[in-house]
Amino acid sequence: MTVFDVYLQQVINGLNLGAMYALLALGFTLVYGILELINFSHFNVFMVGSFVALYTLEAFGLSGQTVILAGLPLVGVLLVTFAVTMTVTGTIGVGIERFLLRRLRAVKGPAAMITTIGVSYILFNIVLLTVGADTHNFANPLPTVTWAIGGASLRLRDVLIWIVSAVLMIALTYFVQYTKIGKAMRATAQDPEAARMMGVEVDRVIMTAFFLGSALAGAGGLIFGLYYNFTSFLIGFTAGLRAFTAAVLGGIGNVPGAMLGGLLIGLVETIGSQIIGASWADVIIFAILVLVLVFRPAGLLGRIAPNKS
Amino acid sequence: MSRDGSLLLEFTGINTYYGDLHALKDVNYTIGRGEIVSLLGGNACGKSTTMKTIMGVVIPATGTVIFDGKPIEKLPTSERVRRGIAPVLEARRLFPRMTVYENLEMGAYTQPKGPQFNEDLERVYELFPRVKERRNQLSGTLSGGEQQMVAIGRALMARPRLICMDEPSMGLSPLYVEQVFDIIQTINKQGTTIFMVEQNANMALSIAHRAYVLQTGRVVLSGTAAELRENPSIREAYLGELKVDAAA
Repeated sequence: MTVFDVYLQQVINGLNLGAMYALLALGFTLVYGILELINFSHFNVFMVGSFVALYTLEAFGLSGQTVILAGLPLVGVLLVTFAVTMTVTGTIGVGIERFLLRRLRAVKGPAAMITTIGVSYILFNIVLLTVGADTHNFANPLPTVTWAIGGASLRLRDVLIWIVSAVLMIALTYFVQYTKIGKAMRATAQDPEAARMMGVEVDRVIMTAFFLGSALAGAGGLIFGLYYNFTSFLIGFTAGLRAFTAAVLGGIGNVPGAMLGGLLIGLVETIGSQIIGASWADVIIFAILVLVLVFRPAGLLGRIAPNKS
Repeated sequence: MSRDGSLLLEFTGINTYYGDLHALKDVNYTIGRGEIVSLLGGNACGKSTTMKTIMGVVIPATGTVIFDGKPIEKLPTSERVRRGIAPVLEARRLFPRMTVYENLEMGAYTQPKGPQFNEDLERVYELFPRVKERRNQLSGTLSGGEQQMVAIGRALMARPRLICMDEPSMGLSPLYVEQVFDIIQTINKQGTTIFMVEQNANMALSIAHRAYVLQTGRVVLSGTAAELRENPSIREAYLGELKVDAAA
């Protein structure tokens, strides 16, 4: 492998991680855009998602890397697993909003944010106490098809992660841009009171944002498992914090910003690790975050002080 | 719809509080079908609270709000919009990062999409050719006067029977103020009842049929616009020098 090949390989890896961070960052940004709330429970909704995906795959009789599927069965299993995982995590997100955060809607101060931290730890401990502290081997039914690009290798898994992430992000963009409830989401983010006076049921809009964000986190959890071949109760914090960083880097509240931020963080992580060393990944990621924020406080695509007079 | 003397909105014995602040004190208004009713008063007299109480954004402690014969004070805002009350908000409050067209769509949020939507859109474009020209522009990039036109158009898209306008002349150049008041009269003649909070008493009384004067949360005067124009204390407090106006 030449130096160029090594970096090409890291770009491929970085795009995988970046796609995962982007999906996760979208959840932070959708909720923040409307409620100006940093939803820390999102970290562990993602983690729960990876376990939901793991058990769904096991329900299909898949575990470890022994059973390999191809063709239609593979597509079918993956579609069902994504659908189940996203529905479950989406529902968890809606539940957190409906039964906990909605009651705190009128409360000023950090109560809602602290609640999300509490929920995050509750999810974390529930998973720890029920499935245990061990690292769980994640089923990977994908055949090991590999294409050589120069000295770098592109696996079927990479292509699948890119396609799934791209489809989800395009679908979300379409939803927010063109559907009635999507437009109501944007209007509510820009001026909640005015949106309400147009007849928008703001509670429904907020619930939709939680559902979509949490469903995407579930998809992220499944991608995590497919990429790393394991999952654990611990994965929420590292990936969640990086994804949150991605959302802030892109401009929190901004949908394309979260996608861009996610991809950049993924690339910085793999390429930075290559240059300086993997253990330095967090130092590099957060140093870039700090630098960007010092010079562009609203993030790369964000606007400073959204006008909410 | 003409002014047949029947009531569209009755606002009876309303008391509204913000914490300890008693914002509306036993306030009564009536708005007849087809009328332009203006609400005059200085800053912090309760004008915007009145608007928010009608829209259901602020819930009164006591009192009833009857719209079209039915009590609405317990209904959520969305249901009030659906029944035919639409706002033109203070400082316009368009969605700045949405296009003009999307803002109009938001106005029609409670209405079905289809031929009726297109009809309403055509009507707005006819009233405001400028809005049509700018339909694909982000509304935040428009001038104040253009934004006010979009705000009025947005209210019309809800097919309202009552439009509540909060300071439609605020921050507009005199030329636009004329235009906006002309349009308000046109819309009224086409059958929509108008309730208008306004600091520009001169302009408001020139187009309104009746008016109420609000002072620190209490109605202190009411009557036809002609009566109020002749009232000496109104002339002094609201129709005189700008200095007096600002001090009121």
